[in-house]
Amino acid sequence: MTTLTQPPQESFRLSQLLYDTRYRSLTIQVVAFILLMAFFWWLIANTVANLEALGKDFDFGFLGQRAGYDINQTLIPYTSGATHARAALVGILNTLLVAFMGCILATVIGVIAGVLRLSKNWLVARLMTIYVEGFRNVPLLLWIIAIFALMTESTPQPRDFREGGGASLLFDWVAITNRGVYVPAPNWGDGAGVMIAVFVASLVGIWAWRRFARQRLESRGQLLPVMRVSLALFFIPTLIVYFAFAAITGGREQAIVAAGATEQSSLADFAQSQSGLNVCLIPGSAASLNLERRLMADDLNYNAVPFTDEQGALAGFQSGDCNVVSLPSADAGPYIANGGFEGQPAVLSDTILRGNPVEFERPVLGGFNFEGGIHLRNSLIALWLALSLYTGAFIAEIVRSGILSVNKGQSEAAFALGLRPNRVMNLVILPQALRVIVPPLISQYLNLTKNSSLAIAVGYMDVRSTLGGISINQTGRELEGMLLMALFYLLLSLLISGLLNIYNASIKLKER
Amino acid sequence: MSDTHAQTVRFVRDSMIEPQEPPISETGVIRWVRENLFSGWLNILLTVVSLAVIYFALSHLLPWFLQMVWNAGSLSECREIRNERYGPDAASACFAVIRERWHQLLFGFYPVEAYWRAVLGFVVFLAGMSPVLFTSLPRKLLWASAATPFVCYALFWGGSIWGPVATALGFAIGAGAYSLGFRAGGKLAASIAAIVVPILYWLFLAGPLARALTGIAPIGLPFIPSDDFGGFMLSTIIGLSAILLSLPLGILLALGRQSHLFIINKVSIGFIEIIRGVPLIVWLFTASLLLNYFLPPGTNFDLMLRVIIMATLFSSAYIAEVVRGGLAALPSGQYEGADSLGLDYWQSMRLIILPQALKISIPGIVNTFIGLFKDTTLVVFIGLLDPIGLSNSIRATTEWNGIYWELFVFIGVLFFICCFSMSRYSIYLERKLQRENR
Amino acid sequence: MTKSLFLGALTAVGLTAGAAGAATLDDVQARGHLNCGVNTGLVGFAAPDSNGTWEGFDVGVCRAVAAAVLGDPMAVEFVTTTGQTRFTALASGEVDMLARNTTWTFTRDNDLKFEFTGVNYYDGQGFMIPKELGVTSAKDLDGATVCIQTGTTTELNLADFFRVNNISYEPVPIETNAEAQQQYLAGACDVYTTDASGLAATRATFENPQEHVILPEIISKEPLGPLVRHGDNEWGDIVRWTLNALVAAEEYGITSANIDELAQGTNNPEINRILGTEGNLGEMIGLESDWAVNAIKAGGNYGELFERYIGESTPVGLSRGLNAQWTNGGLLYAPPFR
Repeated sequence: MTTLTQPPQESFRLSQLLYDTRYRSLTIQVVAFILLMAFFWWLIANTVANLEALGKDFDFGFLGQRAGYDINQTLIPYTSGATHARAALVGILNTLLVAFMGCILATVIGVIAGVLRLSKNWLVARLMTIYVEGFRNVPLLLWIIAIFALMTESTPQPRDFREGGGASLLFDWVAITNRGVYVPAPNWGDGAGVMIAVFVASLVGIWAWRRFARQRLESRGQLLPVMRVSLALFFIPTLIVYFAFAAITGGREQAIVAAGATEQSSLADFAQSQSGLNVCLIPGSAASLNLERRLMADDLNYNAVPFTDEQGALAGFQSGDCNVVSLPSADAGPYIANGGFEGQPAVLSDTILRGNPVEFERPVLGGFNFEGGIHLRNSLIALWLALSLYTGAFIAEIVRSGILSVNKGQSEAAFALGLRPNRVMNLVILPQALRVIVPPLISQYLNLTKNSSLAIAVGYMDVRSTLGGISINQTGRELEGMLLMALFYLLLSLLISGLLNIYNASIKLKER
Repeated sequence: MSDTHAQTVRFVRDSMIEPQEPPISETGVIRWVRENLFSGWLNILLTVVSLAVIYFALSHLLPWFLQMVWNAGSLSECREIRNERYGPDAASACFAVIRERWHQLLFGFYPVEAYWRAVLGFVVFLAGMSPVLFTSLPRKLLWASAATPFVCYALFWGGSIWGPVATALGFAIGAGAYSLGFRAGGKLAASIAAIVVPILYWLFLAGPLARALTGIAPIGLPFIPSDDFGGFMLSTIIGLSAILLSLPLGILLALGRQSHLFIINKVSIGFIEIIRGVPLIVWLFTASLLLNYFLPPGTNFDLMLRVIIMATLFSSAYIAEVVRGGLAALPSGQYEGADSLGLDYWQSMRLIILPQALKISIPGIVNTFIGLFKDTTLVVFIGLLDPIGLSNSIRATTEWNGIYWELFVFIGVLFFICCFSMSRYSIYLERKLQRENR
Repeated sequence: MTKSLFLGALTAVGLTAGAAGAATLDDVQARGHLNCGVNTGLVGFAAPDSNGTWEGFDVGVCRAVAAAVLGDPMAVEFVTTTGQTRFTALASGEVDMLARNTTWTFTRDNDLKFEFTGVNYYDGQGFMIPKELGVTSAKDLDGATVCIQTGTTTELNLADFFRVNNISYEPVPIETNAEAQQQYLAGACDVYTTDASGLAATRATFENPQEHVILPEIISKEPLGPLVRHGDNEWGDIVRWTLNALVAAEEYGITSANIDELAQGTNNPEINRILGTEGNLGEMIGLESDWAVNAIKAGGNYGELFERYIGESTPVGLSRGLNAQWTNGGLLYAPPFR
């Protein structure tokens, strides 16, 4: 019999912390942790001492102070009287906008260039090589500056659009100037809500149809037309609603009411009798757009007094903020009957149309610039293009290597099965290539987002230019401002990589 | 028989036909053009569009480029010469600015009489790095590589040579402390001694020693302050030193990220993600605006060094990810093999894992370097005179105010040459690795 | 192997760099050169020539201070700073003084803790606009697109001006003067606004300067001057009185041409006190007695500097205007050297 030797009852010795592998890792970690904390303590102590020496404090109160500077592109209302926090928010939204647009365009450019680089067409393949190598090997900053300058120098300035200036509107609707591109802005009339709801519903319908078609394909091997049905779903319901509303309410006329006018006089006569026209408008509504068109057709100068809804406009008219307003007759009637405020309101002989569910406002050349429409500023476009082209060059390489990574036998086998070339691409090559493409693609999106901080080179007011630029400069709060900005970028990066990692996990090859 | 045959076959050739040329469209250039450019409607469309793009670009660029003016003292002289030669409104490049200022774009305000030092420094650097970059060279030369940074420092900045010598001595002292400690108290004591002793030496002894030696034998080149560095030289030095310094840090971070030790692992991940999640320009502003807050009151060193530190930290996070990829690419058999030999962690890393992992990572490291080198242009935002910053300064002189594209074209071409050749090198490496792994 | 470069640099550079301590004068003298923060490039005020030597009106002030303190106008290291980094560079001690057309404002003086040592150029913010637009007053700029350099007080002035006059505008912020110039010339903005001196300098380099007008409105006061850190009054005094010496020299007719002669002694006691042949003013601010002689010799008196770099004979072509001596109806008024 073997005697079971009892393991010696070990008492814990201090030296075990170093020499026993069970404890050593713990020791190392504790030491590392202590060192790390000591390092942070050292940094913070230094910072406190330095701040004290400079007579500064660590205070985010500056965010509540008046910013005092103007920002050209604001996605939310902002004036120079707003706070630094608001300016930072405007900058954050601008960063998000350009990063989002950039990621989309860069993907499109990258995929096209990557595929074309593999094209059998010698010329195109060479051209794409030049594009990819040119953008990859020259600093982004240089490209941003160059594209910005190129855009301002190669496009006409607004004053060239005047008579004899040599420039003209694209399709009569879009103005491409060196201050940016002016595109028509949608103005919403009655039924716009319904129309948008129907449009969203049809998007859901498209998604459902695709799902259904896929299930059919998998369960019964039945090929249903996806593209045609999707297109039909995309356009037809929305258009039906549009035309229905246009037929019902679009042609409806509504009265123009003016304070202190003679009954049934025309708009032009009224304008002559008054020292100035103040018009209560609801920016973005079709009726107001038609009223403005009416005013412009008569060549009248007027001040626009903006309101958010018809009740507000009516109240403004009542309190004398403006002397012209246009209302549906159902609303206008009682008001005129009641009167009771200064300048007896009267209905003019001119009427305007109530307007279709959506009408587009055309950019018109004003004093210095185009007015009306949506103004896509040059800084945005230049930054957007530069970021997309630069990142697109990297994505092109990723796409190319992704496609090349798919074994040639795969496509040959697919062809042997009699699949058409686009189906080979969609069903065989791309799903396999995507697994190689997506992870580096994510890091390119992250790069693009971070590179958007070069916006200052073209004067695009992103968060680096507002919070990290002018705000810091005006208040001298570099520590606080930089910290906030770094936090923002960090969160954004983590968010993007988190979201895309989830996507990546969903398309990953399921290994057992 | 023959009759029936004659009835069924209507035609029988009775003489051989002459050999013919192959169809004209199936040979040479025309065939190539047909196959490569016009093989289908899509292809034809692409070709036409490409030709249009090429024509558009060339028709705008070529006249500007060909009608260049090389000899002029200022932009207005350039314009006069252009008016004389090509008439007003002609597109004409005024490359005279490059002729007059190329040396500033390359070297900044580095003294002209010291240009040889800068050039020699880069040559020494390349020569020193060649044993690392080209594995066919004898391994003994790696010792020369180790000395390169000190030689380069002495060449670029100058000053007494005893400063770099005293600093380099720290490593010898570290090695000495390790072997002494090994004999005295085993491996752990040796490692601690190898870290602590040189740091103490650098903190307290190196400075006085260097000064004392300088007092005894003042050998050295004239000192050139960092403010005089500029242009491509600045970009290159920042890029190169950051990538070199970040290598050890990046390797440690990569190992840390793979480590099973909870705290080490989390700290490494945190560091890498924070650095990578924030744009370089924010880090540069941190270097320029904030670093002074974090250091003991009264410390202050020049901006270029601060930028190098920040760029080092920045690229170390990226290098860590590259090296991690290299580590992950090794088959697990290598790790298990090392363990089965009884090697401890550091031995297995040093002898088995890292040599293989680093070899795989070199193309990635080169690509990281290209990225960093391009990103050095961002230092213009904190007032350092990189090529773009210098182009602003050059335009601020009364002679060259208003000149625009010529400077950017020059800078862009130089960057392209550098980055393109490096990326070719990295592709060459990748191909070589692929061949070796086959 | 690789850490060494860092540490080598640390030992060499770190040791030579001075601390942002109290006695800047001692630091400068020990170091043997003055660290002066300048613009990365502004026509007429600071720009490197083809030999890499910095020249310009602001640079002249740096050289004068270096000459006064060290006796050598070339003993200056120019540290280029951007609008955003300039104050940190000064606060951290990276530069001893900042001569970078910085506007003297209340907050910069008190909140950011700097000391403005005087005004070397009285400027104001103006507007430049192409003649063909036919605008004669800034009040007609409703709806105009305005190019503006970011990171300066001009942004705030512009916002205030348009707000006060209740007219709208579209700001196009631009990082550098060169970009702004390019944008303006291409017509991407109707108006370019910056300090009037900058506008004149920019217009002077246009191919057709006569096609652009500078509007009469000056919408702000921009007293530009050198500044130093709060709390080192001795050093502040040196910079302030060097600047005053340049101004006074012009007033009393001391030029770089006749200074050697005048330094032998004159019968004007004020001149003698400035030039150190009488009294001990130099000693009082801790400098040699011939400090002012060196400062004036460095680039001449205020008027000579002005004429050489930004005056009417240069392409910049600025007239003296507000920057004339008080005796000629300007604002330059050096306190007495007594």
